Amino acid sequence: MQGVKEKALALLQSGTVDRVLGWKAGEFFYDLTPAVFTTAEEIENDFVWSAFSAANLSKYLIQESRKGGKVGVFLKPCDSYSFVQLLKEHRILRDHVYVVGVQCDGMCDIDKIRAAGCKGVTAVTEDGDRLRVTTLTGEKTVNKQDVLLGRCTVCKSKKIVEFDELLGEQGEELTSARFDEVAKLEAMTPEERYAFWRGELSRCIRCNACRNVCPACSCEKCVFDNHDLGTDNKAAADSFEEDFFHIIRAFHVAARCTDCGECSRVCPQHIPLHLLNRKFIKDINELYGVYQAGADMDTKPPLMNFTKDDCEPSVVYERGGAKA
Amino acid sequence: MQRIGVFVCHCGTNIAATVDVKKVAETLGHEPGVVFSTDYPYMCSQSGQDLIKNAIHEHKLTGVVVCSCSPRMHEQTFRKACASAGLNGYMVEIANIREQCSWIHKDKDEATEKAVILGRAAIAKVHLDAPLTAGESPVTKRALVIGGGIAGIQTALDIADAGFEVDIVEKKPTIGGKMTQIDKTFPTLDCAACILTPKMVEAAQNEKIKIYAYSEVEAVKGFVGNFHVTIRKKARYVNEDVCTGCGLCTEKCPQKKVPNDFNLGLDTRRAIYIPFAQAVPKIATIDADYCTMLKTGKCGVCSKVCTAGAIDYKQQDTLVEQEYGAIVVATGFNPIKLDKFDEFAYSQSPDVVSSLEFERLMNAAGPTGGTLLRPSDGTHPKTLVFVQCVGSRCDGAEKGKPYCSKICCMYTAKHAMLCREKYPDTDVYVFYIDVRTPGKNFDEFYRRAVEEYGVHYIKGMVGKVVPENGKLKVQASDLIGGRQLHIDADMVVLAAAIEPDETARPLATMLTASMDTNDFFTEAHPKLRPVESPTAGIFLSGACQGPKDIPETVAQAGAAASKVIGLLAKDHLTCNPCVAQPDEMMCNGCSNCEKVCPYGAITYIDKEFRGPNRTTLIRRVAQVNPAVCQGCGACTVACMSGAMDLKGFSNKQIMAEVDAICR
Repeated sequence: MQGVKEKALALLQSGTVDRVLGWKAGEFFYDLTPAVFTTAEEIENDFVWSAFSAANLSKYLIQESRKGGKVGVFLKPCDSYSFVQLLKEHRILRDHVYVVGVQCDGMCDIDKIRAAGCKGVTAVTEDGDRLRVTTLTGEKTVNKQDVLLGRCTVCKSKKIVEFDELLGEQGEELTSARFDEVAKLEAMTPEERYAFWRGELSRCIRCNACRNVCPACSCEKCVFDNHDLGTDNKAAADSFEEDFFHIIRAFHVAARCTDCGECSRVCPQHIPLHLLNRKFIKDINELYGVYQAGADMDTKPPLMNFTKDDCEPSVVYERGGAKA
Repeated sequence: MQRIGVFVCHCGTNIAATVDVKKVAETLGHEPGVVFSTDYPYMCSQSGQDLIKNAIHEHKLTGVVVCSCSPRMHEQTFRKACASAGLNGYMVEIANIREQCSWIHKDKDEATEKAVILGRAAIAKVHLDAPLTAGESPVTKRALVIGGGIAGIQTALDIADAGFEVDIVEKKPTIGGKMTQIDKTFPTLDCAACILTPKMVEAAQNEKIKIYAYSEVEAVKGFVGNFHVTIRKKARYVNEDVCTGCGLCTEKCPQKKVPNDFNLGLDTRRAIYIPFAQAVPKIATIDADYCTMLKTGKCGVCSKVCTAGAIDYKQQDTLVEQEYGAIVVATGFNPIKLDKFDEFAYSQSPDVVSSLEFERLMNAAGPTGGTLLRPSDGTHPKTLVFVQCVGSRCDGAEKGKPYCSKICCMYTAKHAMLCREKYPDTDVYVFYIDVRTPGKNFDEFYRRAVEEYGVHYIKGMVGKVVPENGKLKVQASDLIGGRQLHIDADMVVLAAAIEPDETARPLATMLTASMDTNDFFTEAHPKLRPVESPTAGIFLSGACQGPKDIPETVAQAGAAASKVIGLLAKDHLTCNPCVAQPDEMMCNGCSNCEKVCPYGAITYIDKEFRGPNRTTLIRRVAQVNPAVCQGCGACTVACMSGAMDLKGFSNKQIMAEVDAICR
């Protein structure tokens, strides 16, 4: 997508917004980090839109929309779902936000580029569906499809659900194979599945990156930080309880998680955390009818709502709870 | 640190036979904070309560744990005992070591260990208890009765008699219910209309009673003492205030082919109708499904003949909002549909009728003017076969109902007796599984049918009814005679099982009142609170709670009324102090609690908070109306951040209990 930076500049210069929420380079060119730009100069120097602008900016609007004035923001299709979900929960003040929807054809994973044989990467430029990778030892090209972030390989939607202005074409919801991975886990025996998750979750270092990046994890005070409640030390007593941090977190975001995949993207230990959330989404779809969090402002979240068609609690037994 | 007293009850041998109560008291005595621990044969007795009171004074107790029966039994007893000794009643916790321990275990060691664990959990909770004070909520001194049959009418009359306003909502155009369709009533054989219509008139004339006929309950909000109800008054297309009930329109309406539901479709009526002569209110109603004017815009005959100018084709449903202190459910019953019982040829021959249809065929106001005639050819039937338990006491519930419909034995005896009395030339057979006639003068009534009126009672079921050459070939078994019977009958009467009205289930959902698997409303206690629903402020009258005959229904209606009067006589109700309370500093403002609150107790406001550096932050936070909150706790589990908490059952207390159990 071209013209993102130009749009940021134009919004600021025309006075449509007072500041722009976008991305700037971190320590390396590929670790783009969310940033607020208040002057044209800052945008000129630092604003970056590239195949690494993966960070979901919607969560930052909880604070930014409350700081007065108007903030411009760029939302990719998946980010727009998080944005609507937060609007639904009254967390973002819509009137203080100007949304530019940016169409997206997938974000790249630097680890996959490295794995494709590119060592000492200094720059990456897009060239159609190829990536030109500049390395210390020369230039290489890779297929963009081969180095997409895991979540982008099973993209659920190209639709930007909420925007004031669009850059690029409006897309549609896609038929995605995102539940295949969950189905594989479901096919395991309880022992295999337990071993799988022990293996994954035991790597957790409780850096809280997943929680901090998650748009659904936006409580004023997280239960895991709440000393009064006594829950803070519950998930830290031993390594087994450590696992529960992730399981309880998945429960807390159930039916609110839009499956934006940020948790797995930021995890320094490469734990596939999105699979926990996706299992919940799959279950909700199967038990209460297909529901996509953040797809609109009106539908009632299935876990906050009762209809006569809701499955009976005995479904737990039918689905294997009694056998286990 | 609390100073806790632990009191372990033997409950005679109920607990002590399976739980080593001495050991429980001894072990719990060593728990941190416990300064006194003892056991006693009956804690709920006066001396048991005195034991607690004395210990509170002697040991300066700040918290009490009673290890005894379910808190549903004696929590109030012990709260009051403690309050009289100067300790806040909400500093008492009950460890249920009877229903949840001694009664369900056989091994004494295991049960003792579990009792200790349950006691420990209660001690952990007392440590975090805080004194609570109950508030009060006002009582709206007006009752709503849903259903205008004999149950609803009697309840309303009794409530009105005590001086309280009461509204009846009836979905049909007239009150009266099933009893209006019945010919004679057992066991005295007096005419149903003669005893019912005076009550209908009395209800209409009583200035304390307002009747919303042809209306339905649309929505119910609120709680005991303060229900807010929306009533939908369905369009009659007739101005109620103007119509005189002269009935001219019902004679002139050209649409004559409408099945008459009052006579169960045995004859026809017009598209504008008054169900029967003594209808209350006596107002015509246009049946929108059949009215030519409403369907095609061409006709208008009723409007032309109406001298009062009451016809209003443009009338719309109207919604009435009303406040009530108590709600009585009196939605009654219906006979089941007989289409699943084709072995009795109900859908094949018009001469196979249900018992309620038979009532209409015997009734002077019915389609035959009270002369018993076969629906097929209008001849006098000579041989009649009555089949009992059609759909009642069915093993598999697929076809019928598992329960006994209770009234069929008596009304079948009545039908058989009336037949023989009016038409002595008839042969009357009754096939039964059992004849059940408990009730005053009931068995005498049945004996009279057999002995004086010569009704042939045969134990056994009818297997098949085949219409053939104007006769009904009945194949049946005589279990006592041990033989097969073949009877050529002129009419077959099926005693259809009864089931709750189809409006009962959605109404129960609206009222959050519970039902059993057969859709009968559940009472708060099957023996001790038979006319109250477990939902406070909801009362049960008549067959909505279970099959009943008229005397029982009237008795229960009066009982429900007395419960309502007891409630409405109070100016204030003591609220439950265990209500939800949000921590505003932690509230995200997400509205999840508001969405799940069944009582509408939660609202959101934008509130100013002090931010860093003397700034002001405006945050959206939840507010709980403690007078409306019923303490169900749905909000506390919906709140992700744990900002919503329930007094007396705080998240922290529950966590402490779990910790104590897992320790």
